[in-house]
Parts: sequence; structure tokens; C-alpha cells
Amino acid sequence: MTSAAPLDPADIRPDFPLLDQQSGGQLLAYLDNAATSQKPLAVIEAVEGYYRHTNANVHRGIYELANRSTEAFEGARQKAAEFINASDWHSVIFTSGTTEAINLVAYAWGRQQLGSGDEIVLSVSEHHSNLVPWQLVAKATGAKLRYIPLGEHQGLDLEAAAQLINPRTKLVALGHQSNALGNVNPVAQITALAKNVGALVLLDGAQSAPHFPVDVQALGCDFYAFSGHKLLGPTGIGVLWGRREILEEMDPFLGGGEMIHTVTLEGSTWNELPWKFEAGTPKIAQAVGLGAAMDYLTALGMDRVQRTIDDLSDYAARSLGEIPGITLYGDADTRSGALSFAMKGVHPHDMAQLLDQEGIAVRAGHHCTQPLMQSLGVAATTRASFQIYNTVEEIDRLAAAIRKAAAFMLGA
Amino acid sequence: MSDMRDLYQQLILDHFKSPRNKGPLPDADTTAQGRNPLCGDEVDVALKFDGNQIVDIKFEGTGCAISQASASIMTTVLKGDSVSHARDLLDKFSGMMVTGKGSLQQLGKLAALADVHKYPARVKCAMLSWRAMEASLERRTVAVSTE
Repeated sequence: MTSAAPLDPADIRPDFPLLDQQSGGQLLAYLDNAATSQKPLAVIEAVEGYYRHTNANVHRGIYELANRSTEAFEGARQKAAEFINASDWHSVIFTSGTTEAINLVAYAWGRQQLGSGDEIVLSVSEHHSNLVPWQLVAKATGAKLRYIPLGEHQGLDLEAAAQLINPRTKLVALGHQSNALGNVNPVAQITALAKNVGALVLLDGAQSAPHFPVDVQALGCDFYAFSGHKLLGPTGIGVLWGRREILEEMDPFLGGGEMIHTVTLEGSTWNELPWKFEAGTPKIAQAVGLGAAMDYLTALGMDRVQRTIDDLSDYAARSLGEIPGITLYGDADTRSGALSFAMKGVHPHDMAQLLDQEGIAVRAGHHCTQPLMQSLGVAATTRASFQIYNTVEEIDRLAAAIRKAAAFMLGA
Repeated sequence: MSDMRDLYQQLILDHFKSPRNKGPLPDADTTAQGRNPLCGDEVDVALKFDGNQIVDIKFEGTGCAISQASASIMTTVLKGDSVSHARDLLDKFSGMMVTGKGSLQQLGKLAALADVHKYPARVKCAMLSWRAMEASLERRTVAVSTE
């Protein structure tokens, strides 16, 4: 929890034009931010402005326009480095999103470095994007996957983690914050366990980067991945940060233009970081949009963003927790940003359908975390997730609509 | 939520809360599983035949109101029906899921599910039991053809 003052939604909401629309005869209440966030005008205008005034391919142009495009693109990289307090912009690689970032590490580091007898430690609460790439690597290399289970309060079981992380562990890949439960995971403790045995640590920051200040140097991790579209930025852009000495040793992920130094018919040599990992024409407009999103968030202050989302999440947990027949999932001590729940007798999909009727957009399903759902003993949950533009009134509407839906389905 | 009565009609809520023909069918000739891994819905359909007639049909499963009510309504329609008419109803029902149109005369109370077509994400819920029933019928065909 931060001592920073929360943001006032009256100041924030006008920045997000999409929110000014009706759904189900009411003002849209967009509560699916863990899936993707809405975009402020600053981002929409930055992308439009790039295409109107600056568009050209980057890095190789001789002409002035191409130079300006390159400056805009590389300027976004600088902003991304500053946003996560990376000391070195060479270690900031633009990807299509968190999924590609993790796949990059799994492919370019995992297949090169892992063999049979090696172990990768994950948690049962991982998003499929931080699970399936490692299953593919394990199959290709013979490495073994181990999973940190949930403890009694539905947070990660640190005692089990201490048992699972051992000298055979080569990598611990962990969600910084659970997309399904909202839990902020104990990454400091788990990173310390990993460092004790010489294992690398990858943090999936898809949910944490939009939510609170991130400092990759203080975290002590080796890789950190996040997406632009959950961070008020465009789709199709994300960031992989890695320790430079590790990235230098890795082979390329995708081959093509941009990532090479020289190419002959006999073979090729690789460009320097970060371009070694950015084959093809990069996501230029998307990077510019992401840079604008980071400027927007930084101007507001990520500590205030955190306070705002934490306050909304706490309010939601209290309001929904009072509803008879409801179960809230996740670790109440660390949970924020996302709130998963189930209503006795109402299937999560029926719940989401009935909430949609009230203009409330939430997600129902397994949230790309099927092993977590199995661990919780449920097929699916309904999830409300929050961003800075959400309001207490929207959460009041959510609570009222949940009660109404239950009455409708259960005939109370 | 008055509009919700289009999707969740009284007949659907009634079958969801009080499902018909739900439970095991110990002397079933064929059974088949319907699974929707995306939402976790499960519907197993068991059939018992006498010649070309479905003399008994039961389902077991868990899931949303649409999937469970659709399964329940299906069993009440198909019990005692002929295999060929069951296949015909499957075609007409799946057609209604696409177009929203179906003759009340041909589909009877199955028409209560017509508005599901407006909610593309839910069509798979309504179809789950029908797909399981179809698979159960296929097994009979296989069994018959290998005799």
C-alpha cells in the first residue's frame, strides 16, 4: 500500500473517450481491465499523429522523415527503460506483447541452456502464456517443470517453493501478479530462493506493470515481460527486459531483416542489442503509442495509480463480500486489481451475461489459467478488474447487479 | 433485466432448476461425453434403443443455465423418438442456433432456445448436449454396422 493520494475519476475519465458510451441502456461500466485497458486520448493522438506526420521505416533511411521516425521509435524505448528503471536501454526489447516476450526467452535462452536433469519452477497460478512456452521447452530439452502450489490463503505456498527450488533449478518463471486472482506474488522471497541456487528469474509483469511502480533493478530478476495494451497503450506491443550479459549470450529468436549485422550465403552475424531480437520492421506506431501511455501514467504518478486501483479493489472486495452466497477468490492480503468471484447457484457465464445486461463488462471463464481453476476446484469464475478510470459508483452498480442476477437465476 | 427473459425464458430457468431425465442410465446402449474446455461445461448423454427408437435418454453434467437446460429439454423431446427424427431435429436445432429461426411446429419447446443465437458466445453452450447426443448416436451406428 502506498501513501500517495488516489486519483479523482472526474479528472481521469474525460481522457478516455471510449468510456462515454451506453451499454444495456446505461453508461458502460468497463471492468475487464485485466484483459485489456482502454486508451487515453494522449495514446490515440500519438498513434494518429505518428501515422499523419512521422511514418517511415526506421534505422536505415537516409532521409529526414526516416530519421524522425527512428527517433520516435527509439525514444519510446528510452521511455520503456525509464518506466521499469532499467539502467540500460540496450536491454529493452520490443515484442508483440508479454506472450511473445516469454516465448522469446523460452526459445532463445531455454532451448540453448536447458537439458535433461534441469528444472524450471513455475506456479499453478500462471497465465497460460507463462506456462505453455515452458511446457514446449521442457518437451524439447528434457527439462522438468515443477509447480509452486497455493497455500491455505490462496497465496503462493512459500514453504513449498523453498522445497521445490533446488540446485537443479535453472529458471523460476513467475507471474508478478496473478491475472485471475489479483494476488501480488511474493517475488522478493522467491527471487532470493532462486538466487541461492543460481537460478535465473523471469517475472511476467503483464498485470503488475499497469498497476504499480516497477523497478527491475530492485526486483533482482533476470527477465521482466509486460504488454502495452494492458497499460493504456496499443495492442501488438510489449517489452522484454533482460540482463544484458544474458541477452548477449542468447541466440536470436526470429531471423530476418534488422536483426542481422552481415549476411552472406554461407551464414550471418547478428546485430547488437536490442535489435538482435527485433527481426523485421518493428512495431513502430505501437511503440510510439506505448511511449505516450507511459508518459501519461508517469505524469499521473504510478504510486497514485497504485493507490487508486488498490482503493477500488478494497472497496469492491468489501462490497461484494457482503453479498449472501458469494465466494471471493484470491489472497485477501495481497489481492488487488482483479477480483474473481462465484455466486452459489449461478454459473459464471450466466452471471457475466446478466451483468452485461446492466452495462457492466466483466470476464467469465478460466482466465487462461486452467491449472489454477483446477487447483481451486472450480471450472470458471467471474472476474471484475479495475483501472484508474473506474469509480466507486461502478462497483456499487456491480454489487447491485450481482444481487439482481442471483435473484433472477435463483428465483429469490 | 426484463430483456434477459428473451435468453433466459421461464422454460429454460425451470429446466435449469429442475432438470428432467438427469442421472445415470445403467442399461444404456451408448453414451458419449460433451465437453467444453473453454468454460468447463460438461454434458454426458446416454441412450437406450429398441430397434430404431430411442426408448430412454438421460444426461449428466454441470455447467451454465443454457447448457444444462438445453440438455434437459432435449431429453424430454427425444425420449421415445425415432433415431432418424432425432437426427432431423439436431439439424433443425443447429440451424436455429445460426439463424434464430425455427418452426414452432417442428421444434416445439426447443424454440425456447431460439434467442441464444443472438449471443454467439453462448451457442456452444446450447449445442453441447446435442453434440453429445449425436456422438452417442454415431456409436450406435458404428456398433450396428460392425455387427
